[in-house]
Amino acid sequence: VTRTEIPGLAGLEAEPFALVVETGKIREFARATRAEDATYFADDPVIPPTFLMAAAHWSQHELELLAKIPGEPRRRLHGEQEFVFPSGPPRAGTRLHARSRVESAWEREGRRGGSLRIYVLATEYRRDDDTLAAVARMTVVEVEHAP
Amino acid sequence: MIAAPEPRVLGPIVLSDFVRYSGASGDFNPNHFDDAHARASGFDSVFAQGMFTAGLLGSYAADCFGPEALRRLQVRFQAIVWPGDVLTCSATVGEAREQDGERRFDVALRVTRQTGEVAVEGTGTFALHPA
Repeated sequence: VTRTEIPGLAGLEAEPFALVVETGKIREFARATRAEDATYFADDPVIPPTFLMAAAHWSQHELELLAKIPGEPRRRLHGEQEFVFPSGPPRAGTRLHARSRVESAWEREGRRGGSLRIYVLATEYRRDDDTLAAVARMTVVEVEHAP
Repeated sequence: MIAAPEPRVLGPIVLSDFVRYSGASGDFNPNHFDDAHARASGFDSVFAQGMFTAGLLGSYAADCFGPEALRRLQVRFQAIVWPGDVLTCSATVGEAREQDGERRFDVALRVTRQTGEVAVEGTGTFALHPA
């Protein structure tokens, strides 16, 4: 399958934002996703694996970025999501400085006809000392015809 | 070699599970808790947030292999989860390898519906005996 890069999108950025990881929010998220490990309910818990998705909804930065991409929002689906923690998930109390950008954007033929546009949005979360705490990578698929 | 963990069976999944996830995540798309809205949008009923199901899988994996040992999680959305579904989270474990100065291993993860259909498929990387 040939992929064609969509020019002019890679590198687009959203407004940076900051958040402090909160213990109560970690516990609420752990319960909502049925986590059982005692770590989440003890002092200074680390975040559950998909917790940064909550940060995405609070700040709306990924939606802001998607709004900058021409196309039809109703034909966009959240296809894949990735979280990378180079030294493990951050703990409660950590302040994170987040910056989202379009990492790549390309087009290819769909298996059922029509073209697919694929946008990969990456959000880097850095600590106060600028070390990388996490990367969240969202893959959004836009279909040519409404699903 | 890490032993494959026991699967985790969750459910039947009910509307309040979606509401609880809405509150925890901040995802207030009404298709996940307002039946009239979901029907008007062309769905048969409310349905799970994709990241709710992915969150169940992520938390299952963290419980199995250690919340602090997690290095990477990737998930792909395959099928919609509906109220009444009984979900099974399961994992298989690969060989340990060296990466970024520590021993790590990869896991293959999935959530299946009671029909056998895969709802979310994923992979994860964990550190072996993290510092």
